[in-house]
Amino acid sequence: MRSSARAPSTGLALRLGKAGLAVNALGIFAFLYVPILILIVFSFNDTRTVARMTGLSLQWYEKLFVNRELLAAARNSLTIALTSTLVATVMGTLTALGMDRFRFRLRKTFDTVLYLPIVIPEIVMGISLLLFFNLAFFPVIKLISGASLSLGLWTILIGHIAFNIPFVYVIVRARLVGFDRTLEEAARDLGADEWRTFWRVTFPLLLPGILGGALMAFTLSLDDFLVTVFTAGTASPTMPLYIYSLVRRGVTPEINALSTVLLLASMGLIVLSLAAQRRE
Amino acid sequence: MKRHALAALAAGAVLVAACAQQPAATEPPATPMPAATSERCGDPTQLSDQLFFYTWVEYIDPEIKDQFETECGVTIVEDNFDSNETLLAKIQAGGANYDVIVPSDYMVSIMIDEGILEPLDFSVITNIDGYGAGFTHQYFDPEQAYTVPYFFGTSGLAVDTNLIAAPVDSWSMVFEPSPEVCGKISMLDDERETIGAALMWLGYPINDTDPAHLEEAKNVLIQQAPCVLTYDSQTNDDLIIQGETVIGHMWTGDAILAGLPDYGGREGIAYLIMREGTTIWQDNLAIPVGAPNKYTAMVFINFLSDPEIAAQNAEYVGYGSPNEAAYEFIDPEILADEGIYPAAETFERLQWIEDVGDALELYDLTWTEFKASIGQ
Amino acid sequence: MSGSENRSRRGPLLVLPAAAWLVVFFVLPLVLVLVISFVERGRAGGVRTPLVPTLAYYIRLFDPLYIGIFLKSVRIALLVTAVCVLTGYPLGVFIGRAPARLRSSLMMLVMIPFWTNFLVRTYAMKQLLAAEGGVNGLLLGIGLIREPLSLIFNEFSVVLGLVYGYLPFAVLPMYASIEKFDLSLMEAASDLGANLRRAFLRIMLPLTLPGVVAAVVLVFVPVVGAFITPDIMGGGKVEMIGTLINRQFGVARNWPFGSAMSLALMLMVVVGVIYYFRTADEGVRPL
Repeated sequence: MRSSARAPSTGLALRLGKAGLAVNALGIFAFLYVPILILIVFSFNDTRTVARMTGLSLQWYEKLFVNRELLAAARNSLTIALTSTLVATVMGTLTALGMDRFRFRLRKTFDTVLYLPIVIPEIVMGISLLLFFNLAFFPVIKLISGASLSLGLWTILIGHIAFNIPFVYVIVRARLVGFDRTLEEAARDLGADEWRTFWRVTFPLLLPGILGGALMAFTLSLDDFLVTVFTAGTASPTMPLYIYSLVRRGVTPEINALSTVLLLASMGLIVLSLAAQRRE
Repeated sequence: MKRHALAALAAGAVLVAACAQQPAATEPPATPMPAATSERCGDPTQLSDQLFFYTWVEYIDPEIKDQFETECGVTIVEDNFDSNETLLAKIQAGGANYDVIVPSDYMVSIMIDEGILEPLDFSVITNIDGYGAGFTHQYFDPEQAYTVPYFFGTSGLAVDTNLIAAPVDSWSMVFEPSPEVCGKISMLDDERETIGAALMWLGYPINDTDPAHLEEAKNVLIQQAPCVLTYDSQTNDDLIIQGETVIGHMWTGDAILAGLPDYGGREGIAYLIMREGTTIWQDNLAIPVGAPNKYTAMVFINFLSDPEIAAQNAEYVGYGSPNEAAYEFIDPEILADEGIYPAAETFERLQWIEDVGDALELYDLTWTEFKASIGQ
Repeated sequence: MSGSENRSRRGPLLVLPAAAWLVVFFVLPLVLVLVISFVERGRAGGVRTPLVPTLAYYIRLFDPLYIGIFLKSVRIALLVTAVCVLTGYPLGVFIGRAPARLRSSLMMLVMIPFWTNFLVRTYAMKQLLAAEGGVNGLLLGIGLIREPLSLIFNEFSVVLGLVYGYLPFAVLPMYASIEKFDLSLMEAASDLGANLRRAFLRIMLPLTLPGVVAAVVLVFVPVVGAFITPDIMGGGKVEMIGTLINRQFGVARNWPFGSAMSLALMLMVVVGVIYYFRTADEGVRPL
């Protein structure tokens, strides 16, 4: 029979394909994590150099927990990242829904506008925001309310939300394309109102896209340098700013120690979520 | 499944947010600071609680900051910039209220022209007299009205004498490198410095704007390029310490510290000033217009100019102090190091990088053409 | 039907928060940049006051020097995008085929390296590729090579560093699309006798194409204008449009030129992306 004559070769192809996928995945994880492992290893080095392991020591972890500036910078980074992720994810998801399902005037124009923050060189975005805040925004606010504002964590936050929205939008939008509407229609036929349909049917199906967008936004915000450096005020550094400023004198292993701690915390979250799932 | 992942994320977020509730690092100290106890603090009734200091990285001894805080009851909030241009952008746009800034020579002249520096009151900054005549009334602040010198340095070559037995104080070491050196050179990634090095080697002044001369300099650099490992102004010291390079075009402080094992360096790394010409630069303390704590800023500047403080600072930072009154407190071995404190005749060979106005576009064009032609 | 009248207001309402935010905090600042690109530079970097309008900076962009740099950046970006998509897509499939409870954890594992600071990661990678670094050490130790390879400060290391930095930008959207796709369809197809390659090209790829398109856009676009990674990994020897623009706002103190370059770059990329979307939109057209 034809199909059985074909089956062995496609069976092999399928198996090779699956093996290939696994090898590729392994290779990528190795590629991603080897520099990370080096980071972790050198956080235990007993001298400052990142070229050679000279001995084991916990001194950088001790120094880390006493380094007020570094810890403050880390706190700032996390606060900004979490807040901007939350706001941008909500706004980005709403936008994706609005753009995908409705037709309205200026829709195409706005679609283009949404891509611009992804396209713009970050330094231009940073400088444009600096100029905007100082030449336009602060004077206008002063005119209206008399309040004298200046750059600070909140201006950094504004910038981060601005560049995060498009990324969430693009990812959620991709998830929406070809979305199977029949499920929603079925729910509505069964009597559910729009709101319920959204929460019980649409949202869960959209969730991987939303989470993906949120993850992306969080990562972008945590690591941002250029937009931040121009929108930051006095003494409100984030991690990237603090680290960049240290590069001149060599990145001390305290940064490695901090990175290791962050990594362990994130891994911890994953283990938590896995454990929670197992109880299902 | 996904709901639990969300829950875990949310739990984590709450945890982090809880930690973030702690006061920011810029909070005023928990116990009220004692009133100023020392004479070095000016008039205590006019001092503020905080001072915003915008400076280069690791450019002040942390102990000195602590000392100022204890003696005068003022908390110093330090912020860092990585280039004069970033400093200018932040100050020009306003909205970032710093009290004391540290611009370099050419940036001072630009800032004075733009009217963004406060004239200083030398009845407060009495220690100004301690500065050597060779460092005051420079071209960028001829009346010494807006700045006080901070540190000076040069941009020469750091050489690994363990591998190069007989180094020569000439740019030919990098522009006509010997085969063992080729491929192990680093040059500064700065159009003015590196084009300038080529210009000086060719016998032209560093602020030359003649297109023909710049073209020649460009060709020198293009010819040199295969022997250059990298153009780097940030980690060039690490590279020579690790042995990736044997000659590095770098600034005084970086080069000196690269030769001191106690500071993470390696024995045998020496610093040379080139006979055809080397850049000299000087960083200065200044107060931007609109500074919130002007009086305190001047007191701080005066404090930094105190001979003992200046000496302590110089030893920490590794660059040359322009404060001659401080020399009696500096380790004589350091004073004898001609890399940090060049001899009088050497000063003749040093050149200032000055703003070349519109010709800067020509420099950038030359640099861009050079970079574009060496890429692989 | 009253439902559709409500609906026509619903769209703009959903979109309003983001629209307002972006207009105020993105478009308006951009207008400022646009204005700057049309006036003469001032000595202190900014602009000469009183403002002197000029087209000089835009005209200069047509010089073959700048076009050459732009093309090189595009070439590198295309290479990085290709590597990210070609390795990221199978990774997305791998994760999509994993048991449901493991999937989000695997995705997190992909993202986690990027929660360490990117500067620190880049320097770690630079260390690995140095002549005295890990990779060379390993290869020399096994005896595969006799002299250290020049793995750093060239285009290769720049591409590697960029792939490292932008891989998640590719994997995330592709995974979102792939996860939606019913992978059992592929098995069904092969059971029915179709060969795997054809099943992939005819069924899976077209259905996951939106994710791929998003991935291409999210990687290519920022990489074209990247500058910190090329600077560090390229050792100042790989000149891309990003390093050029950054310099205009730095040492070259030529904001108008930098603004003109950025806007031109944005324009070309936007046009390119729109064109790409339109062709991809037409259904099953291959990449």
